[in-house]
Amino acid sequence: MLIVHIAVTMLLGAGIFFTLVGSIGLLRFPDFYTRLHATGKCDTLGGGLIILGALIYHFFAYPETPLVPAKLAFLIFFIFIANPTATHALMKAAFKTGLKPWRLGEERR
Amino acid sequence: MKLKEKRFGILLTFCIMAVFWILLSGIFHAFCLISGLICCAIVSLISHDLLVKGESEKKLLKSLRLLLYIPWELWQIVLANIDVAYRVLHPRMPIDPLIIEFETTLRKDFSLATLANSITLTPGTITILVEPERGKFWVHAIAKESADALLVDQTMQRKVAHVFMETQEETETQEAFE
Repeated sequence: MLIVHIAVTMLLGAGIFFTLVGSIGLLRFPDFYTRLHATGKCDTLGGGLIILGALIYHFFAYPETPLVPAKLAFLIFFIFIANPTATHALMKAAFKTGLKPWRLGEERR
Repeated sequence: MKLKEKRFGILLTFCIMAVFWILLSGIFHAFCLISGLICCAIVSLISHDLLVKGESEKKLLKSLRLLLYIPWELWQIVLANIDVAYRVLHPRMPIDPLIIEFETTLRKDFSLATLANSITLTPGTITILVEPERGKFWVHAIAKESADALLVDQTMQRKVAHVFMETQEETETQEAFE
């Protein structure tokens, strides 16, 4: 059980780290497109790792309800499909409205 | 052949839906199970063509290759996150965004969607636009190195084309048939 606790803590820690980095990137990056780089990637892996940690913990702590980990696994699967698609949709919307991407040396927006 | 493919589509849709029903309900009473299976049968008879398109061949081989592609993709996602974390936390923010265009040999919806999602999840690149007729992609890259991975190495395009069997020669022969 100790190994499980260590693994779960590491997964949750990594997930929180990536989500935090995504939020910092959202604040630091200069324009819309680069901000989507930060959130689109970090939220996918961060959220996925947090759910994976919860999945492993539930699997070993409550073995009498094996369906909950299965549902969590479905959640990870759908997040990994839906998140890049949503990022791409936002990108496309911004590109079609004619938002110019930030180039090196310009002022931040 | 046509009928066989249709049957395969109905069966596959039914199996997927039944698995979903059982997993998500978690109730194993006879009434619940049987009513669920009847619903699955009706839905898969009516709308199996939404999930399984009857056009392409060698579905099993393609799904197998897709399964092999997923671990590589997951590793790329981890690399992408470390890359973004490095760029965010670096005091001087080493970014130099640019938009690149390139053409691929892919034509089918599913393979284009897979490549677009893969590009979005891998280091430093996000898909902006896809033009299905020519397999053309517009991609926003956060720095020069990540753009080069798509323009020069083209590992990802080759991998996806390999998975869906739409490499250069195969696409050309398909067009020759049409």
